[in-house]
Amino acid sequence: MTSAAPEPVFEEAWHAQLFALTVHLNETGRFDWPDWAARFSATLKRHGLERELNGGADYFSAWLETLEALLAESGEAEHLEQEQMRRAWENAYLETPHGEPVHLSE
Amino acid sequence: MPHDHSDHPHALLPPDPALRVKALETILTRKGLIDPAALDEIIDTYQNRIGPKNGARVVARAWSDPDFKAALHEDATSVVSDLGFYGRQGEHIVVVENTPSQHNMVVCTLCSCYPWPLLGIPPGWYKSDAYRARAVREPRKVLGEFGVTLPPETSVRVWDSTAEIRYLVLPMRPEGSEGLSEKALATLVTRDSMIGTGLPRSPEGST
Repeated sequence: MTSAAPEPVFEEAWHAQLFALTVHLNETGRFDWPDWAARFSATLKRHGLERELNGGADYFSAWLETLEALLAESGEAEHLEQEQMRRAWENAYLETPHGEPVHLSE
Repeated sequence: MPHDHSDHPHALLPPDPALRVKALETILTRKGLIDPAALDEIIDTYQNRIGPKNGARVVARAWSDPDFKAALHEDATSVVSDLGFYGRQGEHIVVVENTPSQHNMVVCTLCSCYPWPLLGIPPGWYKSDAYRARAVREPRKVLGEFGVTLPPETSVRVWDSTAEIRYLVLPMRPEGSEGLSEKALATLVTRDSMIGTGLPRSPEGST
């Protein structure tokens, strides 16, 4: 637990996307921040019971799980819809020749 | 067949969570619930425009201007928002000042509440279970791991942030910094010194 070198703000691109998505949904009034913090902390607690969290990738996977559950609960993105869309993106990557931009077919 | 890196017939598949984030984005964009351009703007803001520099300006000003410091103690939220530092997770900011008798240290045992407008996104260790659990239980030991040793007569007070209240530590002005401009003072203020897990740089070493 040292703090010598400056760390990048976000270690991975998806951390930044996820963070921005959550902040944007909060700003547009989809949920308030104390509600978000309570849900997120419950997820962290649950994960932390299974293993020690390092505050890096596992922090953002708990974040993602919280947002997915929240959106499923509010009906804005059902779990099935989420899974289908994830698969659609996976297929798009697998079917796009290397080096070309990836788009969803449709 | 194992994935062979010498031959990529298709685009490199992002990790599973990245695909899940993309899925949420696509669903919400198609429903008209989000604006993808707004996401880019938020990322740019947090990556380039918000960070510990903001907090350092506040600290340097408090060191130089007693009236400003008094106002900061009175109502930090409005004082820093006058400087343009406001927004998410900055709704209610409380400044806690270090003195020879008390050192302050900030944690969020709940999740990772942090004064974003002043310090940006929290570092990884701030979000770790280890820090969140131990900062309260054994603050001196944790401080020691950060290389901070306090005199025995200095007590340590740990402030637990919440979704409603964020703390900013006002460190003690380093010795030998008399006569420095506010701008020069700001360069002495580190991120960790404003969380309480570090001390400001000393002016000798910084020039």
